[in-house]
Amino acid sequence: MSANHQLLAAGLDLGYGERQIVSALDLTLPAGQLTVIVGANACGKSTLLRGLARLLTPTRGAVYLDGKPIHQMPTREVATILGVLPQSPIAPDAITVTDLVGRGRYPHQGWFRRWTPEDDAAVAQALQSTDTLELADRPVDELSGGQRQRVWIAMALAQETDLLLLDEPTTFLDINHQVEVLDLLTDLVKTSGRTVVVVLHDLNLACRYADHIVAMKAGTIVTEGRPVEVITEQIVKDVFGMTSRIVVDPVSDTPMIVPIGRHHVEKLPA
Amino acid sequence: MTAPVSDRQNKAARLTLGLLLLAGALVVIALLSLTTGARPIPPESVWQAITAYDASSTDHRIIWDLRLPRTIVGLLVGAALGLSGAVLQGATRNPLADPSILGINAGAALAVVLGVALFGMTQLSTYVWLAFIGAGLAMLIVYSVASLGREGATPIKLALAGAAITAVLQSVVSAILLTSPRTLDEVRFWQVGSLAGRSIDIVLQVSPFLVVGVLLALATARMLDGLSMGDDVARALGQRIRLSRGLAGLAAVVLAGGATAAAGPIAFVGLTVPHVARAITGPGYRWILPYSMLMAPILLLGSDILGRVISPPGEVQVGIVTAFVGAPFFIALVRRRKLAAL
Amino acid sequence: MTTALDITRVVQTRTRSADRRRNVTLALLVALLLVFALALYLGDYPVPVEGVIRSLLSPFTGLTDRGVDFIVLQVRLPRAILAVLSGASFALAGIIFQTLLRNPLASPDIIGIAHGASASAVFCIIILGWSGTAVSFGAFGGAVITALAIYLLAWRNGVTAYRVVLIGIGMAAMLAAVISYLFTRARLTEVQQAMAWLVGSLNASRPGDSIVLGGALLVLIPAMIALLRGLDAMELGDDTARSLGAKVEFTRLGLMLVAVGFAAFATAAVGPVGFVAFVSGPLARTMLNGAGRGFPQAALVGALVMLASDLIAQHLLPNTQLPVGVVTGAFGALFLLWLLMASGRSGRVN
Repeated sequence: MSANHQLLAAGLDLGYGERQIVSALDLTLPAGQLTVIVGANACGKSTLLRGLARLLTPTRGAVYLDGKPIHQMPTREVATILGVLPQSPIAPDAITVTDLVGRGRYPHQGWFRRWTPEDDAAVAQALQSTDTLELADRPVDELSGGQRQRVWIAMALAQETDLLLLDEPTTFLDINHQVEVLDLLTDLVKTSGRTVVVVLHDLNLACRYADHIVAMKAGTIVTEGRPVEVITEQIVKDVFGMTSRIVVDPVSDTPMIVPIGRHHVEKLPA
Repeated sequence: MTAPVSDRQNKAARLTLGLLLLAGALVVIALLSLTTGARPIPPESVWQAITAYDASSTDHRIIWDLRLPRTIVGLLVGAALGLSGAVLQGATRNPLADPSILGINAGAALAVVLGVALFGMTQLSTYVWLAFIGAGLAMLIVYSVASLGREGATPIKLALAGAAITAVLQSVVSAILLTSPRTLDEVRFWQVGSLAGRSIDIVLQVSPFLVVGVLLALATARMLDGLSMGDDVARALGQRIRLSRGLAGLAAVVLAGGATAAAGPIAFVGLTVPHVARAITGPGYRWILPYSMLMAPILLLGSDILGRVISPPGEVQVGIVTAFVGAPFFIALVRRRKLAAL
Repeated sequence: MTTALDITRVVQTRTRSADRRRNVTLALLVALLLVFALALYLGDYPVPVEGVIRSLLSPFTGLTDRGVDFIVLQVRLPRAILAVLSGASFALAGIIFQTLLRNPLASPDIIGIAHGASASAVFCIIILGWSGTAVSFGAFGGAVITALAIYLLAWRNGVTAYRVVLIGIGMAAMLAAVISYLFTRARLTEVQQAMAWLVGSLNASRPGDSIVLGGALLVLIPAMIALLRGLDAMELGDDTARSLGAKVEFTRLGLMLVAVGFAAFATAAVGPVGFVAFVSGPLARTMLNGAGRGFPQAALVGALVMLASDLIAQHLLPNTQLPVGVVTGAFGALFLLWLLMASGRSGRVN
């Protein structure tokens, strides 16, 4: 199951009502890689992800999936190729973990094809990958924030799509679970060749895990590429408005951003 | 550092001006209420009726016996309804809070129906006390029921309790009205909500309560600001939640009960006026309360005047006009996303 | 790597839910049958079980007993059937709205559709002087037009639950004012007639009512089932639903139309009997305790509540028949009180 699907945006304008958030954006998502989108709050990264996921109709330009404009494709067909985990999913009252993850099988089922052993296997695999198997019987609303987040990720995984888009999936997670989730996404890319696109707010984790990083500001892309090549102190200043030093992460050999504030700056040269 | 201060001063100045304009508009509407009707009376006669009353003049008698009480009741009831709605919305953090939703109108209605059915009451002035008692009891029951359990009376529980009690009371009212045609005949006119036929006695009976209610309500303005930030934040800022809600509830009941006693159940004024006020003043209750208090009588008297002129020689009662004016306005507000979640 | 044990665990959880659904449904069916039998038995002339069965079978066996047959087949049976059909219909309308609008308070009783039917019926009775079936038509039309108006007014690049609920409440108030106004403009006898219609009644022994309602259900229920699959996705929020490939606006509009259909036909048949729509969904879901959405169970609960309420209304007081709306109102109030006390303990209001 290697990624043969191509997702790209051309001349994309996205907005809500009269507010335009994203302007004239071109982006080709490299297949079979983990792309991370970063930027300050309200820079348009979530909006971009929603536009790519066809959750938002562009006011100009288009998103192309395998060369076809995504908004003209039947939504069910798209759902078997592209899976999305949006930012604030809603869980119905008293639903169990297994039931919720099972909803991810929706695009693969139909009127006459309901629950098959493949569905059960996909659900089980998804639970296992997110370390939520022992929560299978529990109602979702009794779980902690972190557990709930992992269950939602399991739902997106159960969809078994080639492309997976996740909007800030690591909020509410402890650092160990954040790393676990990103490791899991890396697994998906390396072993099954999927294309994964994630919006992250943690710049250091983004630099460590991204094969391809996209930095946004005010609705446009400031720079994109391999983190080691494109993340510079100037870029950090441009995108986040923050002065920093960039050192080499001692564990992963990727750029590590050390922020410079007003206090605790003993070691800075005068 | 000076910019925010002058912004605030500007805003206060603007809002004070607005309040004065509203007061002016209120005077104009009151005057209109005195001059308009099946028999139009010129303003000079109105002035003379007040300053140099001549018992032999029909015009003067109409002013004193009919229109003046009607206008005063309209002013008082309007102010009471507007304030009551604003206080309830703030205390329950619920943009839909309205005395009718929280059982007050249903309680008043049941008390009146019982009075008419069991004791054969036919005089409006006797209704007044009944309606008051009924409104108070209903709100007390709603609040007590909503306070069951750990968290006390949260917005959702208040709405649920209000719906439950209203339903019970309405069922009983329906049952009684079905079995007693005489009661039905008497009550169906009261239930519509009207300013007509209210004599000066009503005003005198109800106004002490309304005055108390107004003072109490205005005093809760700061507490409402605190409550609007959520229980946790309010508690952290040192506010006593139960006391605040209790006082606000009491003010709302006194006001709404008095208003319903005087004019019958009038819906929508308490619901829509605070939203309009909020759209102009922003979220501070120190301004929302006085603005609601002035805007609501303008709406009410305006509706009453409209009711007098749209179907001569008869009248359309004010409760109906406010619903027909209020509802489309409310719907337009909802469509334009002007209703904040509070 | 997932083991066979893991997969078994998943399957077990799924079947446990299905089992619970089945058990609750069976329990409700049994309860319904018992109350139904009671309905055929109770009355001024209690008819013993053998008598009931004999009457029910008489069209086939030819063994008739004029008196008993009349009571069972012409009076009690149609009434019981009407109660079951209308109860189920109201319940389904309620649970569809409550699920779509994500709010247990959002039942058609409250968000204006019942008021539309009522205002229209009162208008027909008082202004047009209609009665009987004509009024039912009027009520039906009123419900549908009101629902359409609410939907159109709430539409602004799509429909949100928030707007539907608020606009519904606005329309409800306006329509209530219309009714009050008509009440002041009419003769007392007309007002009494209208009030009788307003409290709802299963007295109508016109078999036509049940047939029309039954026919409507035959169309509406399959339509609902066809749309329920989309609800699986929509319950997770519009964004997630779209990403799973569901057609959100289509499903929402379709389900709302079906729900309005249920409410309108039921109101046309028995009047705006309150609370059945409100209570059935939450009761069913509580019984299932997370094992499902509760649609079939809600229909059964609704049928049960309506049938039981009618029995109580008929037989509670000697020599007086209460209107069924009063009893369902009491049910509803008790249920709400129980909800409040239960939520008080758990701290959650669902």
